[in-house]
Amino acid sequence: MTITATVTPQKPWKVSRRQQLPSLGLLIGAAVVTYAIVAMTPMKGKLAYLLLFFILGTTFQLALSWFKRGRAAAADTVAAAVMMSGAFIVFLPVASLLTTTVTKGLKGFRPQIFTHTMAATSYSDPLTSGGLIHAIIGTLFLIFIATIISLPLSILTALYLTEIKGRASGFIQFLVQAMSGVPSVVAGIFIYAALLLTTNLRGSTIIGALPLAILMIPTVTRTAQEVLNLVPSELREAGLALGATQWKTVATIVVPAARNGLITAVILGVARIAGETAPLLFTLGTSDKINWNPFSGGQNALPYYIWSGLRDGTEGGINRAWTGILVLLILVLSLFVSARIFGSRKVK
Amino acid sequence: MSSLLILTLIGLFLSIRGFQAFQTQGLGFITKVDWTAGVDGGKDTFGLGAMIIGTLVISAIALVIGVPLSVLTALFLTFYAPERIKKALVTLVDLMASFPSILFGLWGFIVLMPMAEYWAKLIHKYLDWIPVFSMPSPAFTRSPFIAGVVLAIMIIPIVTSVSREIFGQTPLDRIQAAYALGATRWAMIKAVVLPFGASGVVGGAMLGLGRALGETVAVYSVLNIVFKVNFHVLYGFGGNIASMIVGKWGEASLTESKALLAAGFVLFVMTLLVNLLANYIVRKTVKTGK
Repeated sequence: MTITATVTPQKPWKVSRRQQLPSLGLLIGAAVVTYAIVAMTPMKGKLAYLLLFFILGTTFQLALSWFKRGRAAAADTVAAAVMMSGAFIVFLPVASLLTTTVTKGLKGFRPQIFTHTMAATSYSDPLTSGGLIHAIIGTLFLIFIATIISLPLSILTALYLTEIKGRASGFIQFLVQAMSGVPSVVAGIFIYAALLLTTNLRGSTIIGALPLAILMIPTVTRTAQEVLNLVPSELREAGLALGATQWKTVATIVVPAARNGLITAVILGVARIAGETAPLLFTLGTSDKINWNPFSGGQNALPYYIWSGLRDGTEGGINRAWTGILVLLILVLSLFVSARIFGSRKVK
Repeated sequence: MSSLLILTLIGLFLSIRGFQAFQTQGLGFITKVDWTAGVDGGKDTFGLGAMIIGTLVISAIALVIGVPLSVLTALFLTFYAPERIKKALVTLVDLMASFPSILFGLWGFIVLMPMAEYWAKLIHKYLDWIPVFSMPSPAFTRSPFIAGVVLAIMIIPIVTSVSREIFGQTPLDRIQAAYALGATRWAMIKAVVLPFGASGVVGGAMLGLGRALGETVAVYSVLNIVFKVNFHVLYGFGGNIASMIVGKWGEASLTESKALLAAGFVLFVMTLLVNLLANYIVRKTVKTGK
């Protein structure tokens, strides 16, 4: 007869309910004392509450752990409290950004914004007229063109850096790094200087897409590079052993294996440029209607629309800007989520 | 590999074009603090000094506020947070990195400005005796301080994720050794993690600085751009190269446009240096960490 015993993992270090009780009590006590102090002294406002609660709560816990376990434990408690509050402070603006965008954006978020343009409306008009479909179409155009330009360049560069590893790769790596640090406004004015300043060309969709492509290339290249590095080298060796040329191996084995990752790279690149405003100010021209021709005539885009609303400064303009932000945020977030989904799939 | 060629061309073109614009202005362009476009044949003076200082001041504020918070968050995420909270917070921080800068601008202008003004008044009330917090007359709106706070929020995700990565690479045996010697968690972090990750944090901070230097739209929305050197961070005006370019662009003449291009080049060089240095530091840390 064999004895089978299943071992259940024991966690003797785990904090039990009973041990948590005193510190919870202390926190409640701190909250009560905070409330009392704020009520009695001239201090007021949320800031005072938070600050006092933090100081009192930490002091109480400090006293408890010092009393029970000595000085080192007390320092540990304080450090934990400080870090927790640091993370909490970081979390606050994100929450505030999201909630204000949704609440303020919903005011002007009605079906007509997807069917109307600003052709017959000025920014200060009531929110019941006008819409931003022209800006949505403009943004889609910009994303599409910028992707077409930058996708082959960046994937090929990434392939060169990971597969061929030629003599120039150090220099190219340096260039990609340098490009990734280019501020967006600089990309914008350089395209302006190169194409618009001395020629008769005027801002249009395709010219507006050029600085975006410059900004997109380094993002896509770096992500693609990381993804390609994850492809196991056995796959490459197997391909070469079967007699395929290097090009064939790359095209039929490495790239398909990394497909999901490459898609993620592109999505991240698009998310990077979708909200870029500064370069568009120099290169896009402007338009209040839908412009289907990417080669001539001004164009509008969501960030540009938001910018105009903000510059307008009237209540209507600001409200329109919030609505624009909401639409843009939905676009960026859905890109972000889809990048996550593609990125989390395993490389086959 | 024609792509390489194009890439190189873009890089070279950017530098050459920028350098040309820069050359026509001479060295005084960086040092002079006065920017006036001559009207009707009047004399042009283009000096970027005030804006360079303004950019540095704002970025410094952003670093002072943003980096400690990011390091705390990164430590919390790596060593304190329970698994579930950790995942949610990491996603949140990544999400924050993907917010468009104009969102920060609009939010900073509408939501943050009143709050930050209140904080500025508090700081002014109690810390007036420190020179940078003093002010000639009470004008708290649209100050470099507020722009710095907005930038701090914008660089937090970058600095946090870089620091987190570095902290996560702390050798496990050293951590366990510290615990085995009876260290508390904080003592372990102080003795093992911080010395190990310090240079990585510096690198991450510099990446953040690179972003802060080049930020345009967000700064333009919250800062009152005036062409004067201002070290009083709470006082209601300041400058930043990137937003100055956007601000001046609309009514610029051809000569002034060229000067603005040169300003863009200066900004480009600044961010390039900072970024390369940052990359170098981060890489070095990651390598020695393995």
